[in-house]
Amino acid sequence: MMGAEFVPLSLPPLLIGTMVAIACALPGNFLLLRRQALIGDAISHVVLPGIVVAFLLAGTVATLPMLLGAGAAALVSVAAIEAIRRLGRIEAGAAMGVVFTTMFAGGVLLLEQSDTSTVHLDVEHALYGNLESLIWLDATGWPSLLDPAALAGLPPELTRMAGTLAVVGLLTWLFWRPLALASFDEGFARTQGIPVRALSLGLVIVAALAAVAAFDAVGSIIVIAMFICPPAAARLMTNRLGVQVAWSVLFAALSAVLGYVLAGYGPGWVGLPASVSAAGMIATISGLILAAAALTGPARR
Amino acid sequence: MIWDALLLQLGYNAVLVTLGAATLGIAAGAGGTFLFLRGRALLSDAVSHATLPGVGLAFIAMALLGGDGRNLIGLLTGAAVSAALGLLCVSWLTTRTRLGEDAAIGAVLSVFFGFGIVLLTVIQSLGVGSPAGLESVLLGATAGMVQSEALMLLVAAGLTLGLVLILRRPLTLAAFDPGFATATGRNVARLDLAMMGLVLAVVVVGMKIVGLILIVALLIIPPVTARLWTERVDRVLLLSGLAGGLAGYLGAALSAALRDVPTGPVIVLVSFALFIVSLLAAPRRGVLSAWVRHRAHQRAVHLRQGLLALATGQPIYERLTLRLLRRAGLARADGVATETGKAAAAKAMLDEARWQIVLHDPAHAAAARRYDGLTRLEEVLTPDQLSAVDAALPGPVAVP
Repeated sequence: MMGAEFVPLSLPPLLIGTMVAIACALPGNFLLLRRQALIGDAISHVVLPGIVVAFLLAGTVATLPMLLGAGAAALVSVAAIEAIRRLGRIEAGAAMGVVFTTMFAGGVLLLEQSDTSTVHLDVEHALYGNLESLIWLDATGWPSLLDPAALAGLPPELTRMAGTLAVVGLLTWLFWRPLALASFDEGFARTQGIPVRALSLGLVIVAALAAVAAFDAVGSIIVIAMFICPPAAARLMTNRLGVQVAWSVLFAALSAVLGYVLAGYGPGWVGLPASVSAAGMIATISGLILAAAALTGPARR
Repeated sequence: MIWDALLLQLGYNAVLVTLGAATLGIAAGAGGTFLFLRGRALLSDAVSHATLPGVGLAFIAMALLGGDGRNLIGLLTGAAVSAALGLLCVSWLTTRTRLGEDAAIGAVLSVFFGFGIVLLTVIQSLGVGSPAGLESVLLGATAGMVQSEALMLLVAAGLTLGLVLILRRPLTLAAFDPGFATATGRNVARLDLAMMGLVLAVVVVGMKIVGLILIVALLIIPPVTARLWTERVDRVLLLSGLAGGLAGYLGAALSAALRDVPTGPVIVLVSFALFIVSLLAAPRRGVLSAWVRHRAHQRAVHLRQGLLALATGQPIYERLTLRLLRRAGLARADGVATETGKAAAAKAMLDEARWQIVLHDPAHAAAARRYDGLTRLEEVLTPDQLSAVDAALPGPVAVP
């Protein structure tokens, strides 16, 4: 497992999976406290039509148009949910259900109707991505980490996720105090002069950013799982926000690493020929961690 | 071609599927109403995603036992069992830990779905039977359905609809007023369980037609659509069933007629189209009627203020006011009152003067609360009261 093929074949997916998990878990903590955990679910569904439309307009599977399309779709969905909630006086959960199912259906229909057979774009890919395929062909072993020529061939998803994680982490650090205040006691936060509505919208946008960047690399199922499971498990471990965020980062990284290793090597240990879906396994592990926290966590009640 | 489909002329299988989708739509719309009224619409999302591991395990079990892994009854049974397990997890997480229902729903749906995906890839690597078509439960597939399957789905959808009809009254009561239901001796927890059973049935039957990712749309969109039209629970139930049935029927027929178009997404989009029409056109909550009401109110305010300005001889600069006065024949284009305009202005002035007396008289406190600058005092007070008010009016003022 630690042989020469580890660096080119396993290191990039491991790193990407871990960074995706942490980038989603960070905003997930605040969404959880604000009882908006399902926003992550909604966003990761509506990203599909955005990507398909971007593909149809741009004609190729290029990163930038897809990110723009997915981001635009996320914003459209947030606006549509808000509009339906206000105009029709419909409860938020139901409004969310209307919007994300419709946009996902639209995306599927567009995808089936357009000719995407030449490129790697289908519904299955959108759901559970292909983490295993993000390999680093230029690497020959550990020394490649210091070789500029080989480093230039790193999968683009790796650098993109690193950038996303840096932005998400920086924003979380910068807005820590107002975010914490607004998440626990919105009324009090408002009296302190914190722009609660702008902050709430900003949180959704950051979540969308994490979801969109992660989506293309790993599919939406990890994104939803990482938005919710590690923060939920961390919430059951402690009453302090700082400690909770630290636990959630740890749980997210643990799910990603354990999930990837189990998916890649686990089947071999029990005598199965091929590997299983890493995305699915990461989600499964995060669920097991949550189950353990729900059964034994010190602050579970 | 489309007419053939709508009139059920496209062959036996297509007819069965269309009827099945319509029946399922009615059952889903009506069943989803209870969920929507209890404010738990998104619970159905957890139920539907939680079916996937059951489908995978049922396939593996049936294939290992030497049977056909794709036996529909076996797959649906597996789906029902694992969805029930997912529901148990949601309710356990919400009651036994401090996590909210939203977090529990999200956790269960993502973890169960992820595990289901793992199982699908296990099936591929096991090489037991052909998993081809198993992924069709994600988005539904009616095109290649054999006749026995179509017939079975139609029967199952019919049974689900029957269940909705039987449980309709107690569930309506529990959804509308859980406190009253408890007080009158009904077991709300058990009724909630029955509601979940209904949702489960809809999801499992709908999996093959609409697919498990989109089936929630049939449980959520029709009730929301129906709610826009009426304030009465029984009518929401009826309209929601109607909207769901229509979406199922039109969607299945359209996708049969257009070939190559997947049934599930079309049904969802038809359902959404019905929702948008309702959002625009519904009589009280609709956007159009709200706009019409707003415009009418705006006109009334402008007309009233214009008349008061005419009465006191103030010039009118507001263009809309001037236009409204002119169109009603109350003023000329240069803002000078016509004869009818003078009469109407005097009337408005009198009304305003009367209101000022009523507003300052504690004896008329109840009437004073209805003052909004538009309501005429004649509509609020009796003629006797009105003449008493008139007695307190100051002397006549000349209209300039």
